[in-house]
Amino acid sequence: MTTVKTAAKPAVKSKPQPERVYGRGRAAVQKGLVYGAAVITFAMLLFLIAYILWRGIPNLKPSLFAWTYNSDNVSMVPAMITTVEITLLALLIAVPFGLFTAIYLNEYAKRGNKLVNVIRITTETLSGIPSIVYGLFGMLFFVTYLHWGYSLLAGAMTLAIMILPLIMRTAEEALMAVPDSFREGSFGLGAGRLRTVFRIVLPSAMPGILSGVILGIGRIVGETAALIFTAGTMAQIPGLLQSGRTLAIHMYVLSGEGLHMNEAYATAVVLLVVVLLMNSLSALVAKKLTKK
Amino acid sequence: MNESAIRRKGGANLRETVMHGVFFLCALASILAVALICIFLFANGIPAIKEIGLLDFLTGTTWKPGNDIYGILPMIVGSIYITAGAIIIGVPIGLLTAIFMAFYCPKRIYGILKPCTELLAGIPSIVYGFFGMVVIVPTVLEVAKLFGSKISSGSTILSASILLGIMILPTIIGVSEAALRAVPSSYYEGAVAMGARHERAVFSVMLPAAKSGVLAGIVLGVGRAIGETMAVIMVAGNQPRLTGDFLKGIRTMTANIVMEMGYASGLHREALIATGVVLFVFILLINLAFSVLKRRKDT
Repeated sequence: MTTVKTAAKPAVKSKPQPERVYGRGRAAVQKGLVYGAAVITFAMLLFLIAYILWRGIPNLKPSLFAWTYNSDNVSMVPAMITTVEITLLALLIAVPFGLFTAIYLNEYAKRGNKLVNVIRITTETLSGIPSIVYGLFGMLFFVTYLHWGYSLLAGAMTLAIMILPLIMRTAEEALMAVPDSFREGSFGLGAGRLRTVFRIVLPSAMPGILSGVILGIGRIVGETAALIFTAGTMAQIPGLLQSGRTLAIHMYVLSGEGLHMNEAYATAVVLLVVVLLMNSLSALVAKKLTKK
Repeated sequence: MNESAIRRKGGANLRETVMHGVFFLCALASILAVALICIFLFANGIPAIKEIGLLDFLTGTTWKPGNDIYGILPMIVGSIYITAGAIIIGVPIGLLTAIFMAFYCPKRIYGILKPCTELLAGIPSIVYGFFGMVVIVPTVLEVAKLFGSKISSGSTILSASILLGIMILPTIIGVSEAALRAVPSSYYEGAVAMGARHERAVFSVMLPAAKSGVLAGIVLGVGRAIGETMAVIMVAGNQPRLTGDFLKGIRTMTANIVMEMGYASGLHREALIATGVVLFVFILLINLAFSVLKRRKDT
């Protein structure tokens, strides 16, 4: 005890002296830069959101929510419905594939399996491809080669491939976070692999998987470039093989024409609110995961 | 064991095998997707490149579909200029913000700011583009006039660079912050124990140690910037010309595709797809660089 005390004493006495060589001025400049950059980043975000809301909210007139679109009243309802349709359709395809891939990689594949490496590389490649390239591919494959034309289905399939890596990665992370003891316990009680996956692993990984799906929804809602040449720009409520425009495309068309800037602001508000909601929802769900 | 139990067990085994197969097949989807994308892009783009001539296509300085002249050098240069501008603007701000998030931010504020950076990534590019169109473009025009420039439009390389610089912030911040946090805290403690200031420990010890992670973030940002489409179209002016003046408009490869694909046909359409192929090759190279950097970080 006493030795510890005496050893500690000098350390307390001579508080670490800030070095002289690395001057106070230089440190202050660096500190200033760090704080300045942070202020710029977050002020920018705040300004962007505030500006869109400030200019857009007064333009959210009831007439914009009329059932049909025409050139006098550029209602966004058909675009909203199209957005919901295309989102559901894309999720319907991407979630099973993404989830099952994650299950295969994490629960079934043996370590050092070469195929697993290939799957990882291709997924990484997919997540780096820009949306315009997805749009081109969708146009060449779904629209032209499969003769689907500009259609809801072609758009949804393109988006499904686009969000596949996102769904897969988040699902895999969620599965990895489930402790192995859960699996061992399940196996020990005589459950098979399949039952273990569906009854034990998936329920505990659900929040993580869900937060990935919600992020995917956010990406679909905001997507434009991948949809222009796959789902097209018709302002109607589309059937499976008909063209329809999502909210984001609606906004692009409006702002491109330059005649309906106020309506474009209003659409921006709706888009921004949806994305804000999706992001906080995803964060909330993910938090539930960490709390457990 | 009676017969029904045996049969049940057999059924369970069958189900196991079938589902194993289903999982396996689903796992092949991403491979199939990449293969299809490559095949369809290259099969539709390469004939045009052959017809135009690879060299004429890549180094031709004139893009006049009306006269069947397809040179995409202006667009390649445009993409590179705007990406470089975005890096010049976005990397310092993003990296410093990442340092703030990792070493300066009080815990209580961190809980608010971290989701904000994620939100920055979640805002659709069309909203960014719109913001650029109604705020950045007019501001650039006004400021340029203030300095005596005679430009008539604010849709310039500078505007696009500023906007893209903002748009790549979340990528830079996210990857850099993760890299900085991955540096063992003993490095920091060691530096401070030797009498270094907080700033010196951060800038001279932690930052160099996180170098390859930060670099990977920058490469990822380059990929984002070069592939960005809608936002760029709305602020860059889109004139297919070779210019080094950052107060002039320019067209990127992505913009070229979206602007003209709607009405193009024949060789023109194929040339646009070929533009996509060139962009795709750029992206593949950037991805490769990214995974090399990431691997180096991991080892």
